[in-house]
Amino acid sequence: MYEKYMIVPERAKKTEKGFEIGARLPYYRGVSLSMVEEIEVSLDGETLPQSDVAITVHGNTYNLEQRENETDDRWEMGEVATLSVAKAGDLSAGEHTIGLKINLRIGYMPFPSIRVFEKKVNF
Amino acid sequence: MTNQIKRAVSLYSYQEEYFLKKMSLEDCIAAAAATGATGIEIVGEQSVPGCPKIPSEAFIEQWFGWMDKYKVTPVAHDMFLDYNKKKGHYWSDEEAVASFKKDILFAKALGFKIIRVIVNTTPQIIEKVLPFAEDHDIKLGIEVHAPWNINSAWMLRHWEVMERTGTKHFGFIPDMGGFTQRLPRVQVERMIRNGADPEIAKYVCEQHEKGVMAEYTVYEVSKMSNRRIDMAVAELSRHTPFVNPLSLVPHIDRIIHIHGKCLEMLEDYTEYSIPYNEVVAVLQKHGYNGYIATEYEGNRHIQDIYEVDSVEQVRRHQEMLKNLGCGISDFGFEPM
Repeated sequence: MYEKYMIVPERAKKTEKGFEIGARLPYYRGVSLSMVEEIEVSLDGETLPQSDVAITVHGNTYNLEQRENETDDRWEMGEVATLSVAKAGDLSAGEHTIGLKINLRIGYMPFPSIRVFEKKVNF
Repeated sequence: MTNQIKRAVSLYSYQEEYFLKKMSLEDCIAAAAATGATGIEIVGEQSVPGCPKIPSEAFIEQWFGWMDKYKVTPVAHDMFLDYNKKKGHYWSDEEAVASFKKDILFAKALGFKIIRVIVNTTPQIIEKVLPFAEDHDIKLGIEVHAPWNINSAWMLRHWEVMERTGTKHFGFIPDMGGFTQRLPRVQVERMIRNGADPEIAKYVCEQHEKGVMAEYTVYEVSKMSNRRIDMAVAELSRHTPFVNPLSLVPHIDRIIHIHGKCLEMLEDYTEYSIPYNEVVAVLQKHGYNGYIATEYEGNRHIQDIYEVDSVEQVRRHQEMLKNLGCGISDFGFEPM
């Protein structure tokens, strides 16, 4: 569901600490950030630690621990969030393959809601 | 005989365009009204940022302004209970009831009369929240969604609460996906694109149409393939069953609303999988007089390679309902 819209390449850029990408929640409603069980980003096939990924929704930034405890603020339906990834070493300019796995904890589903996608992204 | 079934559209149907911000909330309401439907249903957490917090006064004023402008009525709000919202903590009944009450206040603020209760809600929680729902005159409807049907053990437990309390504020909301006579083509084709064996898929579809019990099909496929994706096709037969629409008859007075699920509306105004003519005939004969709300859900199965046109799919579904005699009083015919 919505896999191909998860990664928003137009919002990708290099940053001082690594890089950023835009991301949409692959789900048909908004959820509290605490229900986002996993946000896993990969760069050219290398899976990056989830603790190095922060999320910003409508101006509010959460690291992994803050996100897990945020039961009030929400990642809304179709909202393009910013994922800020800390990555040592200078990212070379140009095209890279970004992978994104988002795992949601949805109360009425008997199994985890895991969606994955990969896109070529220009930095 | 006059027909009293009314037509609504769940704005959930336009989720693809809404997600991609090709349609605004007002666009969705306008598209629903353009079909001739008179009722609006929403998944609050989809359509209204911050839900279930009560929206601002400005939003509420705008909402009712849209209802007037497009001559439609708020009918139902779909709620969820996120029991495991906090990692490692499962809600107590008290926490679940507190969350549920927020949805009741949300529905009330936007003029909805019915709440679709998510299927994992326990009968105990509903019983605890019922007095609050009654005080606010909001009807609660447990969604009878495949793979459950109205005679499933889980639904019988809910039925027991309806009977014992004698309340007018708790009933069933059947989802038409429970009458899947042919497996949805859009869903099977997506699975084939994802690697399922086309021959196995064909076999599963044939067995399903013949009415073979899904467990037998699952067993047979387990002998043909050890690939997960092939098993998923077989399990589709279990997850989207067909039950005889006559199963609704003994419960007809407890049915407060209906989800008109559709995954693929054809050009001839029929749904590929669901024999709407048969189900609607049963509802009409036995006097169901609530709404059927179109709930188009095919987008998720085709969005990988096709352009989704939710507006056209909803239009066809509404035309079908109209052809079957639902909501025809909108066209100058007054029920006697």
